[in-house]
This record gives sequence, C-alpha cells and structure tokens, in this order.
Amino acid sequence: MKSHLLPDFVVERIEERCNRCGVCVKQCPWGVYSWNEDKTEILIDYTKCVGCQRCVVYCPNKALIVRPYPGSYRPNAYWTKEVISDIKKQAEQGGVLLVGTGSDRPYKVYFDHILLNASQVTNPSIDPLREPMELRTFLGRKPDRLEIEIDGDDVEIKTELYPNLVVETPILFAGMSYGALSKNAFLALAMAAKEFGTLFCTGEGGLPKDMREEYGPVAIVQCASGRFGVDPEYLNCAAAIEIKIGQGAKPGIGGHLPGEKVTAEISATRMIPEGTDALSPAPHHDIYSIEDLSMLIYALKEATNYEKPVFVKIAAVHNVAAIASGIVRAGADVIVIDGFRGGTGASPKVMRDHVGIPIELAIAAVDQRLREEGIRHKCSIIASGGIRCSADVVKAIALGADAVYIGTAALIALGCTMCQKCYTGKCAWGICTQDPNLAKRLNPKEGAKRLVNLLRAWSLEIKDMLGGMGINAIESLRSNREQLRGIGLEEWELRVLGIKGAGE
Amino acid sequence: MIKPRDDKEFQGCGIFGVMDRSGKRFNGEMIVEAMKNMHVRGNGLGGGFAVYGLYPKYKDYYCLHVMIQDWNEEAKMEVDRFLDANFDIVHDEEIPTNEDANVENPPLFWRYFVSPQKKGEDKKLSDDDYVIKKVMHINTKIKDAYVISSGKNMGVFKGVGFPEDIAEFFMIEKYKGYIWTAHSRFPTNTPGWWGGAHPFCILDWTVVHNGEISSYGTNKRYLEMFGYYCTLQTDTEVMAYAFDLLMRRQGLPIEIVAKILAPPMWDIIDHMDEKKKKLYTTLRMVYAPLLINGPWTVIVAHHGEMFGLTDRIRLRPITAGEKGDLLFLSSEEAAIRAVCPDLDRVWTPHGGEPVVGRLNEKALKKVIG
Ligand code: SF4
Ligand code: SF4
Repeated sequence: MKSHLLPDFVVERIEERCNRCGVCVKQCPWGVYSWNEDKTEILIDYTKCVGCQRCVVYCPNKALIVRPYPGSYRPNAYWTKEVISDIKKQAEQGGVLLVGTGSDRPYKVYFDHILLNASQVTNPSIDPLREPMELRTFLGRKPDRLEIEIDGDDVEIKTELYPNLVVETPILFAGMSYGALSKNAFLALAMAAKEFGTLFCTGEGGLPKDMREEYGPVAIVQCASGRFGVDPEYLNCAAAIEIKIGQGAKPGIGGHLPGEKVTAEISATRMIPEGTDALSPAPHHDIYSIEDLSMLIYALKEATNYEKPVFVKIAAVHNVAAIASGIVRAGADVIVIDGFRGGTGASPKVMRDHVGIPIELAIAAVDQRLREEGIRHKCSIIASGGIRCSADVVKAIALGADAVYIGTAALIALGCTMCQKCYTGKCAWGICTQDPNLAKRLNPKEGAKRLVNLLRAWSLEIKDMLGGMGINAIESLRSNREQLRGIGLEEWELRVLGIKGAGE
Repeated sequence: MIKPRDDKEFQGCGIFGVMDRSGKRFNGEMIVEAMKNMHVRGNGLGGGFAVYGLYPKYKDYYCLHVMIQDWNEEAKMEVDRFLDANFDIVHDEEIPTNEDANVENPPLFWRYFVSPQKKGEDKKLSDDDYVIKKVMHINTKIKDAYVISSGKNMGVFKGVGFPEDIAEFFMIEKYKGYIWTAHSRFPTNTPGWWGGAHPFCILDWTVVHNGEISSYGTNKRYLEMFGYYCTLQTDTEVMAYAFDLLMRRQGLPIEIVAKILAPPMWDIIDHMDEKKKKLYTTLRMVYAPLLINGPWTVIVAHHGEMFGLTDRIRLRPITAGEKGDLLFLSSEEAAIRAVCPDLDRVWTPHGGEPVVGRLNEKALKKVIG
C-alpha cells in the first residue's frame, strides 16, 4: 500500500562543509543515509528520519541540520497535522499507535503556574555557601511518637522503629527496566545512585546477578505484574522493594517487551526463555482488591524479614487520594505517585495522551487526604512523572512529597533527545536498545558522570532556593505550601493545590 | 475579632523571663523595668506578662482569664452560662484595671476559678484535656469572648500597648509570683488586637516568642494531624502547640525536645559516638516535621520550670544570667543588667542548647506539692 504520510523531519546538508566522511551513515540506525554504489556519494532518505539528532551531534564537519518537515496540510486548529497523520497511519496499519516517552500534549503544566517565596527583612535568608544546607531525606514509615527512657545521661529509645532508607538528596532514579534499557544505561543509573548516595529503581526487568552485590544496596527492586526476575535473593539483596501497580504513561494497562529484545542475559535476568515476548498483565492477577495488595505487601515483608521498606507505585488517576489512603492502610511504607507526564519505553499513544492526572494536583490531594486522616507520617510520598528541573523538585516537595523520582530527565542526561522511538529498539543514543552496536555507544562510566553532575547541579540549586526561603533543612519545606503562590490558576485549582494566588 | 490578614504575622519582639528557683515570690516591678530597657524592640502594638504562683489561695482550681471584646454583654452572659454548665465556679470577679493607664479601648477582663464538672463522654478525658476542650469551645464558638490563660495558680495579662502601659493597666506591681515572663511586640503586618498579644497560653504552659518561622506550613500541617488547629495564624501558636504535644502529651523532657525543634546539623551528628548518633538520627527522622526553621527565640514556662531556647543556627540569640537563685533569660543582656547589675554569671547559649531553670526540690514541694 502506498503510504500517504508526510515526512516528520527534513535533513539538510551544507554541501561545502561535507567531505563525505561517512560518519552519518554509521551513526543513523534508521537508515536515512546510504552510500551510492561506487561510494562517492551519500544519499539521504529523510522520510525515515525520527529527529534524534545523533548525526548532527556526531558529524565532524557540522554539515547537518535536521528540522521538522516544513511542508504541511492546510493549517487547521482542529484537524492538526498530528491528527491527520495518526488517522492515515492507522488506516494503513490497522493497529494501536505505539509511542515512547511521556505525553507531549499541551495540557496545563501546573509547575509553571506556581512561584516560590524568598525571605526579605523580617526573616534572614541563609547563604548556602556559608551555612550548612541539609538535603538528607528518610523514606519509610515513622511512628506516631518516640518513647524514650532517660536514666541520668543514658537515653534509650523504647519505640520500635520501621525500616527507613536514607538518601543524600531527595532525588531518586525512577523504575526503568533492564530490557527496555540497555545494560550500559541501566548500569550508569546504578553507578550514579551509588556514588551520590541515592537510590535507583530496577523497573520490572529484574537485577542482573553480577550487579547484585555492588548495586543491590542502592537498588529498589520492582515486583510488577509479570513478576520477572523475582526470587528471594533478588528481594533480599535490595534496599527496598517496589510493587508496581501502575505507571503514569499508561495507567491501567500492562507492558510488552518484544522477543527480539529478550537476549540471553535478559532472559536469565527476567527468568523467561530467550526470544519470547515478556508480557506484563494489566493488573496483578493476585491483586483484585486492597486486601490482596496488603497480602502481597506482607508476603514481601515476610520474605525479607521486615527489614526492607515496601513501596507501592500507582499512576495518578482520578481517585488517587482515596486509593493512596487505602495503600497506606494496607501497609505500604512508601507510595510512589506517577503523574500523567510519566515516561515509558512503549505505550499506546491513546493511553499516554488521555489517561491520568497531573502529578502536582495528585500530590497535593494525596498529602491533604493523608493528613486529614492523620496517617501522613505512616508513609513517605515520592512524586514521579515529568520532573524537569530543580524548581519542579522544590515545588513537588512543598506540595507534600518527600522526594521525587526522575526518569526522563536522567535519560536526557545520558543522551536521550526525546525522539519517542524507544519502543523500536533502535535508540541511536544506546539507551533503549539491545543492539550491541548501538548499546556500546553509551559508556556507563561517562553516563554515570553525567548523572552525578545532574544530581549535584540540582542539589545545589535546591540549596539556593531553600536558603532564599530561610530554610536550612529539606524537611522544613515538606508540605510547606505557604512558600508557594499560584499564578494564572482558577479558584478550584488553587483549592486543590492548597495554595494562595500570587499577591494574596 | 480582628484576625491577622496574612498567612501568619511577621514580627520582631523583645522577650524576658525571670525565675526564683527557691520558689520565692516577687512582684512585677523588676520585669517591667527590664522591659522598659528594651522599649525599642516593640512598637506599642502588644505587650504582656505571665505569672506563676499568682493565686495561692485558689491554687487547686483552674483560673480562666477571659477577655470580652468590646464589652459585649451577650458574650459575657454566654461565657457565664457555658462555664456554669461545665464547671463548678468557686469564685469569679472582674480583673481590676487602672482606667488612667495609657491604653486605648481596653476590653473587659474577668477571671473565674473553676473545677471541671465532666458529663457523659467527657468523663473519659483527663481534667487537663477537658479544660482545653472547653477553652477551645469558648475561643472558637463564642463571639467576642477569648480565654487568654487557663492554668492553675498562674495567669496571663496582655493587651495592645507597650509592656509598661499594659503593666500599668493591670497594675501588675500588685501581683507576686516565682516566675515572670514578658513579651513586647513589633508586628509588621497585623492590626493590634488584645487577644493577639503574647504570652500565648494553654493550661499552665506559656510561650513568649520572638522570630519568624520559615517552616510554618510544615509544622502547622503536622500539628493538625494531632488535633491542633492554628486559628490565630501566629508563629507563637505553632511553637506553643509543639511544646504541648511533645512535653505535656508525649512527656518528653526539654533536653530532648530542644533537639527536635532545633536539632544539630547532620555533619555534627555523623561524628557522634554510635549511641548518640542513633538517638539524634532517630529524633530527626521521626520528628522532622517539627524542626522549627528560621530565626527564633522562645521562653517557655509551666509550673516548676522555665526555659529558653534559640533556633539551630542562633539567628536570634538569647542571653542568660544568674544571681543566686534568680535565673534571667532575655533578648538583650542590657535588660538583665538593668535590673541586676552584679550577676554571678552571664552567657549566650549555642543554638539548640536550652537554658533550663527548675525549682529546687524543697521549693517544688512547697509550690506544687
Ligand atoms: S541520525 Fe537521527 S536525526 Fe540523523 S538522520 Fe538518522 S534519524 Fe534523522
Ligand atoms: S531513549 Fe532513545 S529512542 Fe527513546 S526517546 Fe530517547 S533517544 Fe529516542
């Protein structure tokens, strides 16, 4: 069938700069460039270009420009180019449209409608260059109170404590599985978490045996509906266990790792036959209710001798506050709320773009609900899905989160350019691929360095913002919504966020 | 009632406390002199005093100091009816005032000496919790009526004016006590109203505070989970509730509470010996939402004990002084020297290090017994 689609990108070559070195032919995994027969000319088929910009960055002569295809249908605010293209694609293929990464739709970004406070006169700001500024964060259940016995100088804590995790910055790496990610990308995340004193989540693809000893202590190991790679050693080598119920990019549906990506090592890690599709069911088939979730939480606690906090990750959906309250009561130590901007390796486009709610509103609603019920201290909250910068981190914490997960931002640090083609397995940056030639483009050591730099940069910026507010410990920011003001928000939005408007 | 307009008030202040650890009672002249010395720390929009050992004759009864805004007769009648229905009133009278004092539009002040008459469900409450519940009722449900103190054998006198004017108005030189604390306000954003002055009081706990809490939202929202609602929207209220929760309800001593409200830095904790490290880490982990951030100094008193504390990096220092059994705490050393020039010792404690005055054992029996 003849395709009716317009190209997405156009590739332009500045001829006087190009010396036909052939780097672009090697770099482009999408088949845009090819040599002519006698290797004197490089041909360009830009209809295949996904805009990943790999060739542009690596062209030694800076001879390439890749930009969105300028040609268009008759402009129409309703029947946009995207809408028309999607219909044509489906008419040609008859299937679900797949995409990678979080939603790119222009829904309102609440983070961009919230402004922060700073001290003036009545309260001194604190200079983070001169004074300590503390970001250390504890994740896990806290008791209602501490009972303490004092005998002269000897002070004894009588209350039994629940296991808690310590991170040196309130930023953790979100669950991204080995399988969706290349081993190198996965390793880079683990190495960076270890070096910086934070944690990474394995996602649902297990933790390779050769990584357990070194990186188990900084890993949150996931137990998802496919139960890939779950065994007692996996659970016990980790810092914590995360039950994944849902994901912001595709609430309500499962996952699918195509057989081509299930290499020997991935098959060993996931404990499934090589080359078979790894299918995660939409629900956990042993969790059809909150009591079932509670049973799984306690089964995992039993299996790990009550030494590890159990996280439960859900997508931010309409009744997220009530669901979160149930999860705390079911015994979770940490709740991860994944907003609708959350990323993915592969999701049906329709799910990614139309299901779920923004993380800012979800966090505010959950924090408020748990406080009204007097159980906020019984769990920690991690905000996930679409955290783009240190200001987003600060705003999420002031709205009520204890810490944040970053996924997309971490991948961008590793090289990702948000081309949205992760599901194809051909990631030009060596991140979302199992092709050994592509995967080796990412050096784990260098990747870890970039990630550590990012964590350091954001942490420094968070300290600046805290100091400006006259706060020297991150715990004094948590739920401190007095430090936030809304701009360009309606009455109901301010109410849900629990903040005042600017100038109020 | 004129409520603060903003999230919370912003203010600078002067605070002072003096205690005779032998339990000897002395009159209010000394503390008024000290507050005069810090005149410029206030702006005439609020001053007040708390006195312990004030009513020995009625020392077994809760004493409610009630303020009736605009002399609203209906409010007064409703308070009478409400107290009559919930307490035995053993004595009540108008609090004597000096009409020539330099204050404007003073409300009516009345004091009631009462003992709880618990009925039905309320029987389960302790006397203290019962009194708190009834006080909250008056403060939130009866228009124009406001209980400004509610402990036994103690009382609070406060209002709009410089402390020396308030002292003159209430004629506090006539009263005697073994602990006196005082407060002079410099609110920058609230209209003066008599109930908004300090000290802040629940039962026999009083708090005078100077500073601005940058962790206000965090602290407030944590305290709400334990049933404390910050209706006045002042920093002092947050402070008072934090002390009430940790010390009265959870029974923690000030030495521990100081490490919750103004904990040492992680750098210091990380270098402690294992046992201490565990204690301090656990305190910070469990009570993180009660870390009080920003610049503050506080003087807290209840029967038998007075203490002062400053924020963790001492952005608002406090000075302590000693002379025999007398312990002084003050925003400024000069104010202490003004009333006691030949001190035995004077010092400025580190941030987060409490200065604690306790009645000696003999006095404890005599005063509280
Ligand atoms: S490398 Fe990427 S940007 Fe360059 S041509 Fe290929 S697909 Fe397009
Ligand atoms: S991970 Fe790779 S394939 Fe996915 S969006 Fe980023 S660059 Fe594209």
